[in-house]
Amino acid sequence: MNPISPIINGLAITLKHMFMKPVTLQYPDERPKVAARFRGLHALNVSHNKAKCVACYLCPTVCPAKCITVEAGEDANHDKYAAKYEIDMLRCIFCGYCVEACPVDAIRMTGEFELANYHRKDFIYNKERLLEKK
Amino acid sequence: MGIEILGLPMIYYIAMVAKVLVAFLFVLLTVAYATYAERKIIGHMQVRLGPMRTGWHGLLQPIADGVKLFFKEEIIPSQASTFAFLIAPLVALIPAFITFAVIPFGGTIELFGYKIPLQVAAYYDTAAGQVFDVNVGILYILAMSSLGVYGIVLAGWSSNSKYSLMGGLRASAQMISYELSAALAIIAVFMLAGTLSLNKIVELQSGFGGFEWYIFKQPLAALMFFICSLAEINRTPFDLPEAETELVSGFCTEYSSMKYAMFFMAEYANMITVCAITTTLFLGGWNGPFAVAVPILGPIYFVAKVYFLIFLCMWIRATVPRYRYDQLMHLGWKVFLPLALVNIVVTGIIGYFI
Repeated sequence: MNPISPIINGLAITLKHMFMKPVTLQYPDERPKVAARFRGLHALNVSHNKAKCVACYLCPTVCPAKCITVEAGEDANHDKYAAKYEIDMLRCIFCGYCVEACPVDAIRMTGEFELANYHRKDFIYNKERLLEKK
Repeated sequence: MGIEILGLPMIYYIAMVAKVLVAFLFVLLTVAYATYAERKIIGHMQVRLGPMRTGWHGLLQPIADGVKLFFKEEIIPSQASTFAFLIAPLVALIPAFITFAVIPFGGTIELFGYKIPLQVAAYYDTAAGQVFDVNVGILYILAMSSLGVYGIVLAGWSSNSKYSLMGGLRASAQMISYELSAALAIIAVFMLAGTLSLNKIVELQSGFGGFEWYIFKQPLAALMFFICSLAEINRTPFDLPEAETELVSGFCTEYSSMKYAMFFMAEYANMITVCAITTTLFLGGWNGPFAVAVPILGPIYFVAKVYFLIFLCMWIRATVPRYRYDQLMHLGWKVFLPLALVNIVVTGIIGYFI
């Protein structure tokens, strides 16, 4: 077998690649373009100035990582609502089952992916922090 | 200028020292920026960017690396043979730098009325009216490049670590087998030139407007010498002494801080020296169009050729994966050695009849 031509071919390929546009994203300077269906940080949808969540417990039930804590409460109109809604981002695997399970379209996932924090307690997102930003 | 030493004024010695310093600084700076160039070139060949954040497009990266290595903790393993462990990086580094002394990097320039040959170990004898350099220059280079392996073997042995020892053993076996073929490959050049002085060899290649290079007369020898030199200085694809996948980091596993940096510098200085030797022996040295008429063009041609060969080394590194140990030995003993011997015989026969 001729041992020279594969090396020449390889050299040609590397030289060709040298003049290609690098695929590197200079991350802090350039931002990635997040896909429309990217599963990032959760957000609780709002309707009529309050969270749509009815505290049906389907999301903590379906959650494979058991990271959602919901406690139901009763509001002035005797409607059921989530008095407490917490997601532990250290346990969450961002599978999106909670979004699929929700019968009232109360939770969705945003494109936000920079979830780093300094303290463990800061990773537990309460209802205030999860409410969708207007 | 009142002070005279051995019948020559002070300014002459200052010019000579300046020549040495310029050559040394050139090698040192090239070593520093070869690391940067390598990371940049290989990065772009892999469709990445390489260093980008230290200075404009990462231009200060070698300085940052140097400062970092300088301030790192010096670790000497408790079971190491301390003296050999300390001296090994120097044994590797010094031959790498002093080899450059006999390489002519330009013609003769005239400074303050004195002719100064652009070669560190050379002087212009006014009485004889010609340049004298080391007349066994290439033997000196071969001797020095063999000295370099002692540093690596010593480092491997004195570290008292299995990985280091394996790296050192591999280095010695590999360097000895490839040095034979490299030396035999350049014997064909001596047969054409009839001299061992590098200055004369460069002069002999100045025909055809500076294009009578030995690579055209001895293409096989040039190719073999370059590949064997790559193996001798442990460049990829022959970097078995420091094969990360098998030997962690080979002979420099136990080294840290500036001593590690010395091995790194030795590797790159060796690469520059090998490229400079290949340029001198096969690519016409500092020869090129108008190089004799315009002396300043000589060093420019020389540096351009050397940098092209350095680029070639990096290009090969980005392309070819590491050879297996038995393939390496097969290539050295069963391919290059017979080829080099055949080349010598053929050169001799052709030389006898022409």
